[in-house]
Amino acid sequence: MYKIIKKQELNPTVTLMEVDAPFVAKKAEPGQFIILRVDEEGERIPLTVADFDRKKGTVTIIFQIVGGTTERLNHLKEGEYIHDFVGPLGEPSHVEGLKKVAVVGGGVGCAIAYPVAKKLHELGAEVHSVVGFRTKDLVILERQFRAVSDVYKLMSDDGSAGEKGLVTDALKALIEAGNVYDEVIAIGPVVMMKFVSLLTKQYNIKTTVSMNPIMIDGTGMCGCCRLTVAGKTKFACVDGPDFDGHEVDYDEIMKRASTYKEFEKREREEACNLFKKEVK
Amino acid sequence: MPNMSLKKHEMPSQAPEVRNKNFKEVALGYTAETAVEEAQRCLNCKNKPCIGGCPVKIHIPDFIAKVAAGEFEAAYQIIQQTSSLPAVCGRVCPQETQCEQKCVRGIKGEPVAIGRLERFVADWHNANSCDLPVKAEPNGHKVAVVGSGPAGLTCAGDLAKRGYEVTVFEALHLAGGVLVYGIPEFRLPKSIVQKEIDNLKALGVKVETNMVIGRVLSVDELMDEYGFEAVFIGSGAGLPRFMNIPGENLKSVYSANEFLTRVNLMKAYKDDSRTPVLHAKKVAVVGGGNVAMDAARCAKRLGAEEVYIVYRRGENELPARAEEVEHAKEEGIVFRLLTNPTAILEGENGMVRGMTCVEMELGEPDASGRRRPVEKAGSEFTIECDCVIMAIGTSPNPLIKNTTKGLETQKWGGIIADEHGLTSRKGVYAGGDAVTGAATVILAMGAGKTAAEAIDEYIRSEN
Repeated sequence: MYKIIKKQELNPTVTLMEVDAPFVAKKAEPGQFIILRVDEEGERIPLTVADFDRKKGTVTIIFQIVGGTTERLNHLKEGEYIHDFVGPLGEPSHVEGLKKVAVVGGGVGCAIAYPVAKKLHELGAEVHSVVGFRTKDLVILERQFRAVSDVYKLMSDDGSAGEKGLVTDALKALIEAGNVYDEVIAIGPVVMMKFVSLLTKQYNIKTTVSMNPIMIDGTGMCGCCRLTVAGKTKFACVDGPDFDGHEVDYDEIMKRASTYKEFEKREREEACNLFKKEVK
Repeated sequence: MPNMSLKKHEMPSQAPEVRNKNFKEVALGYTAETAVEEAQRCLNCKNKPCIGGCPVKIHIPDFIAKVAAGEFEAAYQIIQQTSSLPAVCGRVCPQETQCEQKCVRGIKGEPVAIGRLERFVADWHNANSCDLPVKAEPNGHKVAVVGSGPAGLTCAGDLAKRGYEVTVFEALHLAGGVLVYGIPEFRLPKSIVQKEIDNLKALGVKVETNMVIGRVLSVDELMDEYGFEAVFIGSGAGLPRFMNIPGENLKSVYSANEFLTRVNLMKAYKDDSRTPVLHAKKVAVVGGGNVAMDAARCAKRLGAEEVYIVYRRGENELPARAEEVEHAKEEGIVFRLLTNPTAILEGENGMVRGMTCVEMELGEPDASGRRRPVEKAGSEFTIECDCVIMAIGTSPNPLIKNTTKGLETQKWGGIIADEHGLTSRKGVYAGGDAVTGAATVILAMGAGKTAAEAIDEYIRSEN
């Protein structure tokens, strides 16, 4: 059992939790993920490590409430326990040696992009962060991003926060303004990563994307998280989650991610009291 | 006077048309009366060839003599001297190629039903005895076991019985390895596995779940920082193989590991499970081993109207146990033999609509000794299906190999170990599928047992 040390609502659909997991905290690196089960009957879901504190022995996760499991997770309070919490899984992000990097985050993906930006900043790289949200109320980690970024570009679909437009618009403007990046790191919705990669391909800038497909064990056993990279089948859990953005088959990933969409919707409705009240 | 019937007593089972709609155990087990009668078929031969066929060397004629005398607990005590998981072995061992194959009664007629008797004795003990195993006097030495499948559990049990402080590290949230994620409930109820694990805990074995060795702790850290004097690696062969044919990443294509894990470990067969699984109408399972049979029979139970086993060789080459093939056929699984898939076809929304296959014929024997399947020219045809399950084998997980310096492995990933289980690293032993590649529960148990003996000798010699 793993105790929730701190819980904080970042916006109405995104929650941060700091969890007591000393073994995981000792080894975790940016880019890696954990798998958790909320309770004894729970499914296993992967969540990327958003932060860790080796001294305190805690790992921070940030999740969006999308299905039954994240709904149930969000019901837990500070001081309560998560039943299972295993990790760190996957390969850490390789950021050593980079001098100037654009970190692109979309929505809750910013929770994963942030520790990467932070590590780059600590290693002395020039960090340009480009983050996008649908609207003002959904903006997360602004203060944290600003603290580790040389340039911070905030974009929103409706223009209610930062500039109106997509992250690709802002990234394109930065590149066109003469910024030469060693690498672009994009983390967010698959469709965003796809279009960032299409853009950077035109400028021939190395691009890394972070995949978060459906998983069960997270150790290479089930093959559920497989994707096609440069024509070859890879497992996101052990070969990734980071991959070369120019080689990933995004359309296949989007299809596979929708496998249990109907089930997820039903599950969330069952787990959420608000939905229940509406039905009654 | 022994019972000279040429046939062994039949195993009472659920009727095929009933059981293919539920996940309850297929075989119901002998009654005490049947067990005694069957036990009386044993001739108690002097040279006991059956023991030679058992990878963990159970004293077979001795325990059977106790069953014949109606002393079931005494029979159990004999089995448990050498086997840590009797209720499991009585169910999933391929006795027909092991102990029962060597049975003298099998020369003329059927061998003694050793497996069924073992199962009866273990179940009788679990139902009637509340005695927990007695902890051995601690000897002050610590051993780590990586993986809680049959190899790891056996090694842990044998070491604990010798007084070692044993900790088993399991990557998943539940101990049991393939016994809980792979083998379905109807063949091996999970409560039986749990009971066996509880017995090990009573012996003093500690089980740490959610610990992926190679990520959270390395083998070196276990030895250098946590004081384990030896490590046994029983991490299995969990990495699923795919065929690398077009369409394999469509939505309704599963590896057998994924499908079985969803259904068994995550209990997706229950309506209220929070782990989803697709309930397909027509399912094609590719492969001919026990895992393929398990996947096919699960798919049928989840409500599929038609389930096919698609296998590129013939009936005689099927690697699955004859009993499993028989059970699958009885339950209505259709065998499409000498058939090899070439592509999986995409239908609506990225789901499967069919699988293109070619007919095969058998040529000359290949390296495995089985006749090599050769494609028949112009024989291409399509099997209509909405789900495909790939059950064509697994290889060892590279995680431990990649994080343990100096641990030598085969090209295909198997850890290299000598006949005692010793690897290229001092104090590091390995056994089961992690060494051999995918094999059986009992062979893994045999390897765990051998390694436990070697570890005991090693630690004694070092102290």
